Amino acid sequence: MTDPVLSVRNLTVEIPTRRGVLRPVDGVSYDIAAGEILGVVGESGAGKSMTGNAVIGLLDPPARITGGEIHLLGERIDQLKGEALRKIRGKKIGMIFQDPLTSLNPLLKVGEQLTETILAHLPVSQSDAEARALAALEEVGIPAATQRLNSYPHEFSGGMRQRVVIALALCAEPSLVIADEPTTALDVSVQAQIIALLKRLCRERGTAVMLVTHDMGVIAEAADRVAVMYAGRLAELAPVQQVVQAPQHPYTDGLMGSTPLASLGQKRLRQIPGSMPRLTALPDGCAFHPRCQRATDRCRSNPGPTLAACNGRAACWHPLTDEDRAAREATA
Amino acid sequence: MLAYVIRRVFQSLIVLLVVGLVAFSMFTFVGDPIDNMLGQERTDADIARLRAQLGLDQPFPVQYLRFLENAIQGNFGVSYRQGRPVAEIIAERAPATLELAFVSGLFAITFGIGLGVFTALRRNGWAANTIMTLSLVGVSLPTFLIGIVLIYIFSVELNWLPSFGRGEVVDLGWWTTGFLTASGLKALILPSITLGLYQMTLIMRLVRTEMLEVLRQDYIRFARARGLKDRAVHFRHALKNTLVPVITVTGLQLGSIIAFAIITETVFQWPGVGLLFINAIQFVDIPVMAAYLMLISVMFVMINLIVDLLYFAIDPRLRVDRTAAKG
Repeated sequence: MTDPVLSVRNLTVEIPTRRGVLRPVDGVSYDIAAGEILGVVGESGAGKSMTGNAVIGLLDPPARITGGEIHLLGERIDQLKGEALRKIRGKKIGMIFQDPLTSLNPLLKVGEQLTETILAHLPVSQSDAEARALAALEEVGIPAATQRLNSYPHEFSGGMRQRVVIALALCAEPSLVIADEPTTALDVSVQAQIIALLKRLCRERGTAVMLVTHDMGVIAEAADRVAVMYAGRLAELAPVQQVVQAPQHPYTDGLMGSTPLASLGQKRLRQIPGSMPRLTALPDGCAFHPRCQRATDRCRSNPGPTLAACNGRAACWHPLTDEDRAAREATA
Repeated sequence: MLAYVIRRVFQSLIVLLVVGLVAFSMFTFVGDPIDNMLGQERTDADIARLRAQLGLDQPFPVQYLRFLENAIQGNFGVSYRQGRPVAEIIAERAPATLELAFVSGLFAITFGIGLGVFTALRRNGWAANTIMTLSLVGVSLPTFLIGIVLIYIFSVELNWLPSFGRGEVVDLGWWTTGFLTASGLKALILPSITLGLYQMTLIMRLVRTEMLEVLRQDYIRFARARGLKDRAVHFRHALKNTLVPVITVTGLQLGSIIAFAIITETVFQWPGVGLLFINAIQFVDIPVMAAYLMLISVMFVMINLIVDLLYFAIDPRLRVDRTAAKG
């Protein structure tokens, strides 16, 4: 395997507050290869979006990266500032936001927003940029693209706007795309189209994708590998088939059990008792232990489990085995 | 769009009719002009003759209609005090006020938007904080005090700028301008700052607030995430969105610049319509007061109309929604 496009090592993001330092992202490591889609899942506040924002350098102060390294195409990017950072944004890393209704400037024509982005990164003339903008719109499947270049964002439907957003994120041909909940704000009927579009474009170009979502359905549909986050830490990192069908971390297992997936053929949804701890009051040891039926004294004491300290796949001292799952099936 | 414009023009006309009624009512309810025009030694015959001559013996509605008819033709009657047509006096004085208002407006908008953007972008810098603190002074000081302080510093102590009047003016026949002579331009500086300072600080604080709000929006994050230059993000994306609400307030403020010129003109003895109005009040010169009121309301209404039309130029969402609503 060649070098990964994105390599994140022990990434830690901290927010200093009056009540102490919060760690929304704590020692997270993962790679994404060219053409690979890494799904990042977790509940609200698990640090998924924060991880994406940290990679593109868009953390809102006072949040900041306090530890670890981020490498993009072999180049370290977590310490870049100002102009150097601007040059990789859009050019090497494209970002897609959650809400297409608010991520386009309402006062600028779609064509203007595309050409300005192209001109910011590529050494082309105005007319070349316009031609590329047209091609970009056509590529994301917008009908009558020539006329649509002169349309304002409010003249598009939600799904069409998200297509425009994707065109904008991809128009300078970045090597990595961070899609932060790209389908959450869309109608269910449109979600699958958008995911299929994103998947197709990235496969064609060999773009690495970090797909942040809380929707396991989207993950199962699109991702190659899955990173499950819980309270700022990685709970499990594995190929999508394994995560969906044979989760090892009790949290992943709970997450899958509570997701209605037709492919799993399950009869009743299970729920995970309790809720995710607040960052101000993280328990000792494994952050999941208060909600975990398998928790032992070891789980309640520091240091907590990490991927590296455990089997490299699930950050858990007592990962679920096939026998455990079989036993549960039997009792159900 | 056209229907909208026509509707707005129609509304403006109604506003003007109402203001006209108020202006006209002054003739009837604010003292008796005959008292002022004739001296102590008057006879009942004199009074009756003048009353008939001025049409004051007619019933109220008839007088109002005549007033409107004349006003539309630009005839506001004869000044009680100067004995000349009011329209002539105002035409003579208007250039002074309009030039003053123009320069103050320019000053208020340029510095208001410039400093507003600056303080929003350098939100925590010491320069921005200093400007914000000083702007509180600008908002809270009364206009006449600012004028007097400026006169004291720049005219009395430093002796750089004149303390009163328009300086030399060039008569273009229908317009007298202070823009063409050095002394005319110098004379404009202090009154313009005095008149525009409040508006400038107001616009500045508004631009700052709006800009900070806009900078938090998703499309600004997205613009940054697309690697646009800071300059493009701030001025192309953020400022344009900031201007939509700012235009409303700015438009109204420009109207009040003309209206508040009264105080500044008094402090600087500026020979404009504001000073004319103050003098007219002292002498209960009602035709002048009524004409002034009408003039100011016409300007307010016109500025509002222009502001409404500017929305269309800036915000494309309005253009479509209007036509869609029309079906």
